[in-house]
Amino acid sequence: MLVISCIKQVPDTTQVKIDPVTNTLIRDGIPFIINPYDAHALEESLRLKDRYGMRSVAISMGPPNTVATLRKAYAIGVDEAILLSDRCFGGADTLATSRVLSAAIERLNKVEMVGIVFCGKQTIDGDTAQVGPGIASRLGFSQLTLVDRIESIDLQRKTIKVRRKLEGRHEIVEAPLPVMITVVRELNRPRYPTVPMRVDSEEKEIKVWDNTVLKLDVESVGLKGSPTWVSKIFSPERDQGEIIGDGISDPVGTANLLIDKLLSKDLLAV
Amino acid sequence: MQLHQSAFIALFAVSTLSFLFSCYQRVQLVAVGAAENRFDNPGARLLGVFTYAFAQKRVLARPYGLNHFLLFWAFMLLLVANGEFLLEGLIPGASLEKVLPATAYKILLLAFDVVSLLALCSVLLAFTRRLFFPPEYLCNDYTKPASGEALLILAMIATLMIAFFLLNAAHIAMGQPDAWRPVSTAVASLLTGLPAPTLATTAQVSWWLHEIVLLLFMNFLPRSKHMHILTAIPNCYFRALDKPNTQPRETFAKWERYGVSSVTQYSWKDLLDSLTCTECGRCQDLCPAHNTGKPLNPRKIVHDIKVNLLKNGSTLKDGKQTQLIGEAGEGMISEEAIWSCTTCGACTSVCPVLIEQMPKIIKLRRHLVQEKAQFPEEMLNLFENMEQRSNPWGLAPSERTKWSSQLGDRSFRPGETEYLFFVGCVGAFDSRNKHVTVALATIMDAAGVSWGLLGKDEQCCGDSVRRLGNEYVFDKMAEKNVALFREKQITKIVTQCPHCFSTLKNDYKQYGLEIEVMHHSQLIAELVTSGRLKIPKQAGREKVIFHDSCYLGRHNDTYKAPRSVLIAATGKAPAEFGRNHENGFCCGAGGGRMWLEEQSGARINLERVKEAMQQQPDTLCVSCPYCMTMMEDGLKDLGLADKCRVKDVAEVVAEALQ
Repeated sequence: MLVISCIKQVPDTTQVKIDPVTNTLIRDGIPFIINPYDAHALEESLRLKDRYGMRSVAISMGPPNTVATLRKAYAIGVDEAILLSDRCFGGADTLATSRVLSAAIERLNKVEMVGIVFCGKQTIDGDTAQVGPGIASRLGFSQLTLVDRIESIDLQRKTIKVRRKLEGRHEIVEAPLPVMITVVRELNRPRYPTVPMRVDSEEKEIKVWDNTVLKLDVESVGLKGSPTWVSKIFSPERDQGEIIGDGISDPVGTANLLIDKLLSKDLLAV
Repeated sequence: MQLHQSAFIALFAVSTLSFLFSCYQRVQLVAVGAAENRFDNPGARLLGVFTYAFAQKRVLARPYGLNHFLLFWAFMLLLVANGEFLLEGLIPGASLEKVLPATAYKILLLAFDVVSLLALCSVLLAFTRRLFFPPEYLCNDYTKPASGEALLILAMIATLMIAFFLLNAAHIAMGQPDAWRPVSTAVASLLTGLPAPTLATTAQVSWWLHEIVLLLFMNFLPRSKHMHILTAIPNCYFRALDKPNTQPRETFAKWERYGVSSVTQYSWKDLLDSLTCTECGRCQDLCPAHNTGKPLNPRKIVHDIKVNLLKNGSTLKDGKQTQLIGEAGEGMISEEAIWSCTTCGACTSVCPVLIEQMPKIIKLRRHLVQEKAQFPEEMLNLFENMEQRSNPWGLAPSERTKWSSQLGDRSFRPGETEYLFFVGCVGAFDSRNKHVTVALATIMDAAGVSWGLLGKDEQCCGDSVRRLGNEYVFDKMAEKNVALFREKQITKIVTQCPHCFSTLKNDYKQYGLEIEVMHHSQLIAELVTSGRLKIPKQAGREKVIFHDSCYLGRHNDTYKAPRSVLIAATGKAPAEFGRNHENGFCCGAGGGRMWLEEQSGARINLERVKEAMQQQPDTLCVSCPYCMTMMEDGLKDLGLADKCRVKDVAEVVAEALQ
């Protein structure tokens, strides 16, 4: 049985600046990282591999430089990493993205049954939280979002029981396999790659599936297949900060000043 | 051939063979260690042997060391006497008297006589010390000052001396010309009047006693902690010529192993170290972790390696590996002990026979991090932040320039700027330490120094990750930094952090970077001396106490510069801690401990702050951003923040300039 993690390489958002002229993200020189939620999805797929002997496959749709992130997936132990990359996949919104990912999962399913697909609950660059559910709908998989614990998996009955983390409550849900699960950070602590695994990952083959492999209608993927697009992107105006007091030589006085300031702006209630 | 002589020849042959066999077994054990080149630069190595082994520099650093010094030189001289003694047993009548001029021989006899008395006195002193007033550092879980082993050795030495005097005295009493043997002659006066046969028996019994104890002693050496008598001199010869804190690089390739999890992965020198330890306890006495009740004791680390090596000897020689890291117990090292080290270097700098305790701990860390990914959970964030954003907190690199936003463009310009001011992560991101950064910038401007910054392009030097054993990540960071320095044609660097300073200066040599790196206290001292920085005369009312940073002091022997700067800025020498200079006590944040919780025992920083407060200073002066944080936290925790302020050397100077 396959356990798949869908991972995305995102720009390190703490370092992203917006080009005021073109309203696009300035990506030059910005390091890319694995979307933090996806790191937990990847980790959970590895835990199921360790526990149930499932085969762990990581897939990612993105430009060719995404191989760096997939190599890291190899460094922590996935059995296979596949890059879905084609010029026509570029500029995709969540609908078009989920079509490509679903097509790849279907292709994998033909060879070996896909039991669980893990996605991060959302990405830190798009913040839509739609791709995971989109995949579940396209593939007709059960959809379990915001999971913070896998309660049990019954491979005989082919069911899974998970806990969902909701606002102020938890919900235990059971569903038949195959399922698509989106995960929150509380689910696990991602492992740290060992050096031998890192060294081995340098030699691992990262398969690239382009549209000659997936054979999707070019009108349904990428920018062309996307019903939504970003019309403008900008940083919200923020009040200029100011320095009050001197916390080093007068910590108490400065703390009092700060409290007064917060009270005057209604940011603090007595 | 007389029966007497045949018996001795047989005894000598058996014990010599047995001794050689024991030595061979020990050599075989050392040989299971990994290869390491410690044969370079014989000149410097021989000089080290002279300084540390023969002149006993470090032994003499403590008053009681004088006793060892005496015993050592008595042994060296008596080696000649005992050689003659054994020879005489094998070939009756053989004596140095036949080859030496008469006066020279007499002088030699006098020396043997006097030195034997001195040796006897030192052994008695050692007995008394171990039995009645043993220092705390001689004790730990595995070794006791009055252990059977220690007392047996002392008893053997005492017996040798007593037998020596009795033998000589009996001969003198029987009418042998007394030569120059004042002690033996005095003993002989006690024997006068005894009948000749009794004297003859006394001489014979003493002779046999001396020979047998001597041969037993020789055989006991390689099987006891007194192995150091055989290994200390070679251990001094094979010492680390670089500062032991600069760990060797690793190569990252398929099938490589990283760090140490079995004694066989240690180098042969590490294993020789373990057989050389005499359990004097000086490392234990200075170790900040041990002193605050952590499970780490550098002496136990070395002891555990030795026990593990001896216990698994035959398995190891077959090429098998055995575990060294695991549940604490004799011969095993616990993970908690491994993570407790602050890499302050007190152990390595105090060891009389130059054992490298701390580097052995780093090797264990390298294994845990790189092969097992097994470490305290706080380290995961640290490692990821370092790898992703090249700073410990994972802050955006653009934040590095915030402190200098008021100063205008101070970028380093290749070919124009003289010094790169390498601010370091703490100096750039930590709000308290930014004040130090600004103070240093002010001082350099006041002295007209040409300096520039890398701004957001500055990367972490990698000190913490290297000390924590993450060599893989350190390697990448060092490569990047060295490439950046080269690209910017940087030839001089000033840092305001001893960790950046030591890493750029010492560790980066392994990456081919050999440029001038200065700690800010050195630069300021130089500016004061050359007259470029003029500090108005100070009244010096404030009482300033100076805390040595391990990475500035012990790891780089820089003790004078910060003190001379303080004299210039305050008008008087700073007060000193009880433990200062080489004996300084770590703040608790070195070796990556800055980023780890202190789970067990007392807090190291509180111990140090309490030590400072015994002298009621107004200012606790530091020269390191980690020390700054630790000392400030310590004062706050003790509710003393209003009694004493922590300031960096640069801040004291900047204040004096105002």
